[in-house]
Amino acid sequence: MIETMHVRVRRFMRRILTRPRIDLPLAFGLFILAGVGLVTLYSAGDSSLALVGGQAGRFVLGAILLLLISRIPPSTLRNWTPWLYAGSTALLVVVALLGEGRGANRWLNLGVMRFQPSELLKLTMPMMVAWYLHPRKLPPSWKDIAVVGLLIAIPAALIAKQPDLGTALLVTAAGAFALFLSGMAWWRIGVVIGAVGGMIPVAWHFLHQYQRDRVLTMLNPESDPLGNGWHIIQSQIAVGSGGVFGKGWQQSTQSRLDFLPEHTTDFIFAVFSEEFGLIGVIGIMLLYAFIIGRCLWIAMEARDTYSRLLAGAIGMSFFVYVFVNGGMVAGMLPVVGVPMPMISYGGTSAVSLLVGFGVLMSIHANRKMHE
Amino acid sequence: MKLRRSIKDNRGESAQFRRRAVVGFVLLLLGLCLLVSRYMLLQVTRHDEFVTRSTNNSVKPRAIPPARGLIYDRNGVLLADNVPAFRLEVVPDKVQDMSALLAQLGEVVPLGQDDLDTFQKQLQQSRRFDSVPLKLHLTEDEIDRFAVNRWRFPGVDVVPYLTRRYPLSGLFAHVVGYVSRIDANDLERLDPDRYKGTSHIGRSGVERSYEDVLHGTPGYELVEVNADGQTQRVLETHPPIPGRNLYLSIDSRMQKAADAAFDGRPGAAVAIDPRNGQVLAMVSVPTFDPNLFVNGISKADYSALTNDPGKPLINRAMKGVYPPGSTVKPFLALGGLEDGVRRPEDTVLSTGEFCLPGQSRCYRDDERGGNGTVNMVRAIELSTNTYFYRLALDLGIDRLSAWMSRFSFGSKTGIDLLGESEGILPSREWKAKHSKAGWYPGETVIAGIGQGYWEVTPLQLAHAVATFAGHGVPYLPRVGMATKAVTDEQAQMLPNPPSGPSLITKASHWDVIDEGMRAVITGGTGKTVGLNNGFPYLIAGKSGTAERFSRTSEAYNTNKNTAYLATRHRAWFEAYTPSDNPQISAVALLEAGAWGAQDAGPIVRKIFDAWLAAKGSAAPTDTPLAIPATAAIPGNEDIPVEDASTMPPPASSIDGGTP
Repeated sequence: MIETMHVRVRRFMRRILTRPRIDLPLAFGLFILAGVGLVTLYSAGDSSLALVGGQAGRFVLGAILLLLISRIPPSTLRNWTPWLYAGSTALLVVVALLGEGRGANRWLNLGVMRFQPSELLKLTMPMMVAWYLHPRKLPPSWKDIAVVGLLIAIPAALIAKQPDLGTALLVTAAGAFALFLSGMAWWRIGVVIGAVGGMIPVAWHFLHQYQRDRVLTMLNPESDPLGNGWHIIQSQIAVGSGGVFGKGWQQSTQSRLDFLPEHTTDFIFAVFSEEFGLIGVIGIMLLYAFIIGRCLWIAMEARDTYSRLLAGAIGMSFFVYVFVNGGMVAGMLPVVGVPMPMISYGGTSAVSLLVGFGVLMSIHANRKMHE
Repeated sequence: MKLRRSIKDNRGESAQFRRRAVVGFVLLLLGLCLLVSRYMLLQVTRHDEFVTRSTNNSVKPRAIPPARGLIYDRNGVLLADNVPAFRLEVVPDKVQDMSALLAQLGEVVPLGQDDLDTFQKQLQQSRRFDSVPLKLHLTEDEIDRFAVNRWRFPGVDVVPYLTRRYPLSGLFAHVVGYVSRIDANDLERLDPDRYKGTSHIGRSGVERSYEDVLHGTPGYELVEVNADGQTQRVLETHPPIPGRNLYLSIDSRMQKAADAAFDGRPGAAVAIDPRNGQVLAMVSVPTFDPNLFVNGISKADYSALTNDPGKPLINRAMKGVYPPGSTVKPFLALGGLEDGVRRPEDTVLSTGEFCLPGQSRCYRDDERGGNGTVNMVRAIELSTNTYFYRLALDLGIDRLSAWMSRFSFGSKTGIDLLGESEGILPSREWKAKHSKAGWYPGETVIAGIGQGYWEVTPLQLAHAVATFAGHGVPYLPRVGMATKAVTDEQAQMLPNPPSGPSLITKASHWDVIDEGMRAVITGGTGKTVGLNNGFPYLIAGKSGTAERFSRTSEAYNTNKNTAYLATRHRAWFEAYTPSDNPQISAVALLEAGAWGAQDAGPIVRKIFDAWLAAKGSAAPTDTPLAIPATAAIPGNEDIPVEDASTMPPPASSIDGGTP
């Protein structure tokens, strides 16, 4: 019995390694991106090999998870979806009750490691929306839109309350993209956006003072020379001084002289822009666009509604990372904790992104075979 | 499921999805184009501007921590100030190998595990060019040894800073409390911007509860740095805003008198101005030296304090709970009047024993044979148990606890210090939470004389006496009286309006209880002690001698050996004066005293004497405390006294009742 189990595991592992069922163009894009990320991190982290090694280790872990998840058929994922969603939302409630972490209750201490349950929702949220819409008649009716709205709002509110506005935004976007892709009528989209827009003054009322300060600081960075204003000014100086061709790898004075805060995590893209210039920025944006496009391509080829919506939503929410982080670094959006995908240093984000791509690979492996 | 699928048009949906995906992708591309156009704006259009700023970018901001507000008593006697000291700081940016550095440095200057833990935590939260404190309050010896070895440790420096000092040592340890080093847990919850460069935070007492007032706002300076990040010169300074100075309502002379009156015997005393809730004295004996805690207490000192059987670290005045005994009787009598179950002239026959119908166990009076026929005034004067057994039964436990809860018995008084105990007010609800058995009538009976489940803190009782003495108008007890910024002309009073309407509906009710409590001093337990002798005002009061253990036999206690009694009793005394216009009320508790009036009474009297001396006038007057600003505490003449320009407003405006 143990023998056969052992053999089975070995056969499974061999299959993963010798005949990986992955989409090569997407894997290639991710590989290049990870390389760019490590090269940038080496420079931004003051040539610290320990830092780069740690990040590379996480990429390897993420890649292993990606390969494992790519073997799980989407139908199995679909069956698990309600439980995964309910479980991750329950963890959010637990964190709200007894979490720990500076200024924000978002960490859960498992003894061996600490992790943020909100990170799970980045994946379980689009899964849940796709699961709900899968058996329904599409485009969705008002009733279905309302249910999906509720499915999004509950965890998003819990995350926003932690307070972690960046992740709340990503989670909301992932769910909303699934709804958009399901063919929700344009006029209905207009109505919802109008209603949400009308809520903004109300939401402003509920924001924490420091969150309001961040928005106000963005409008007038000089007002806060020690905190976020400093981040915004120094980040823009880094980007702007890079020019068209950049100062060259490892030549970022802003980062080297420590004018740029958080230069390995949230503001690493400023270092990239300073060293590689507008050429580098355009290049990496093309790479991101290629990855998103490839995700949507995989989604179009998917076998059923669940897979389609899920793959599309994961791909499109990738854009939100890029846009929010890139906008923050360039002083166009307020400072929120959203990393630049695969480039920012940080474990959970890299791993959870690759897990998401693992789902895409699985959807690709189970695509429609003809038509 | 199959049925549901059949109505789905998979092919149509697929086409629909395809259209949406294409539209979505186009929208995202537009978003990325928008982003790229922003980068073009910065990197092409405004490139020259940012290149200039980048090359000229040699200016960094550096935080300057604010000086902590000072703490004074009501007359400007200094209770907490800042004195210069030296600490070891590390600039992480200049250190190649931090763990090697710490190991080598530890051989020159001993580093504790606490120092290292906090340092590591703070390291993670600071920018690399911000220097992080490693070890506080260096000794001369440590400074010398480091100076010799300095060349070995680039990036490490001895830096002057302000540390906290409590000149009166233990006298205010429980009220003022102390600051101590910010630790790893504090860093989790503190706003890093507000605490940049700050190494200490209020840990107990007003240092903790008024942290926001005392801390201040950090400033910053813009310093020019060279290519290696080393400071060349300071370009611009935005000074920090120092914390506000805090004036307590406590008079240090009364505090000192109260502390001395205990003569080292464990206990607590609280004096409150019934007209406004201001705490005039609050002592807990024994006490400790708060200066020990400021820069990290040594293990030996700390275990000596925690292992001391006198438990000096506990603020008995608000954390210690004790059965109140007879001190609750005046409040119960007032409840009888207010609830209409007693008229002042109603009498009860005290025979020495009170028995519930159908019960063999009886409840006794203090005196064999009882006090005979007593009315309310006489019952308070003689502390006649039988009168209050009856009254408690007639009120019933529900009315009794509802009334008593209005004096904050069984709940926090709401003083501006953290960590008050709630005590226990006997009630059905309380018992239901703690026991499966129901409420017995006998428990109501003994609740009437402050025994049974009853537990109160000295502060609760002082608050209750003050509320009564102030004709029933409740105020939250306050030790913080006023704050003053360094730049302010005048101190700003902290408002403390009454916390509710008066508890007393008829002035005549107050008069009856007052008469009873005056009789305690002139004819009851206070008479033999002569508590009012030589005092210009009438004092009204009540003693309480509570059993530390419940009485198991009905035998009268004939053992008059005071050493024996002292192990059995908690001695209380509560009083206020002048009886016709109460201006001060006080409560004293001795953890081990023989009798309330004999042992705790004189402590209250000494507090009143100090109050009278502070008043500086023997003539009865309505004008509240007006104390010369230069007054210092006897025996502490070397303590610096605030000069007149920074004094709080004249006491009359402080004491002028509610704003």
